Amino acid sequence: MWIYTKQLEYPVNITNPDPRMAKLLMALYGGPDSELASGLRYLTQRFTMPDDRCRATLNDIGTEELAHWEMLGTMIYQCMRGASYAQIDEAGMAGYYTMHSRGVFPADPNGVPFTTAYIACTGDPVADLHEDLASEQKARATYEHLMTLTDDKSILDPLNFLREREIVHYQRFGECLEIVQGIQSGSTRRVYSASMRSGR
Amino acid sequence: MDTAQTNLFYRICQYRFMCVELNLYLDTHPHDENARADYQCYARRLTRLVEQYESEYGPLLNFGQSPTEVGCYVMSQWPWE
Repeated sequence: MWIYTKQLEYPVNITNPDPRMAKLLMALYGGPDSELASGLRYLTQRFTMPDDRCRATLNDIGTEELAHWEMLGTMIYQCMRGASYAQIDEAGMAGYYTMHSRGVFPADPNGVPFTTAYIACTGDPVADLHEDLASEQKARATYEHLMTLTDDKSILDPLNFLREREIVHYQRFGECLEIVQGIQSGSTRRVYSASMRSGR
Repeated sequence: MDTAQTNLFYRICQYRFMCVELNLYLDTHPHDENARADYQCYARRLTRLVEQYESEYGPLLNFGQSPTEVGCYVMSQWPWE
């Protein structure tokens, strides 16, 4: 069960139309390292995660990712708001506009639609947590690339917040990996193992 | 939103973020007494601020989580507007 709060996790107030940034922000809204992919990845993996602390982490970070996805959707919506057809065309958004107009569709900046092929759920806690650690770093790198592509403070400010969250999530998943490997080392004494299975 | 409402709204945002951050830390450190105390402190403060906001301006949450006679969940501004 989820409860909705009619409030963004961090404020977004973009008042200048910027379809170029709307297009680029799609990377984190509907791309492989998007907040949508992160949310689905963690909320899917939690069912077979063996430890209470790791289940809680996947559940709660997965929930926070949905709030980040809402922030990205808000940023894209506000960047498209009031943009002229000429601005949309100039930003390379004419193809997107033809299919979605100002709708906020989960695709990457090149128009490739979101797919669950972007996420993994192996049921193996070590493999899944390594995937999660990698996804947080890839998202952090993507935020940093985006932050070099604008000097609009109303866009940089929420991007800076979201980038910081990737770092905190990476830290928490690192702790989860240590927890899972600690459970495992009692029987196998191996630091890294691809053979661990939950529930055995 | 007038200034007073906006200020209260963003204070709620700040306290909620402290709760999110401490919640994630407690997920992997459930027995850290200092963090638990901090979480309780911020959570109580957040609850009071949300109650104050909702009694003056209307509900922030859906599905029965905001029992207030004031305002209207449907008609208040959406976060992306």
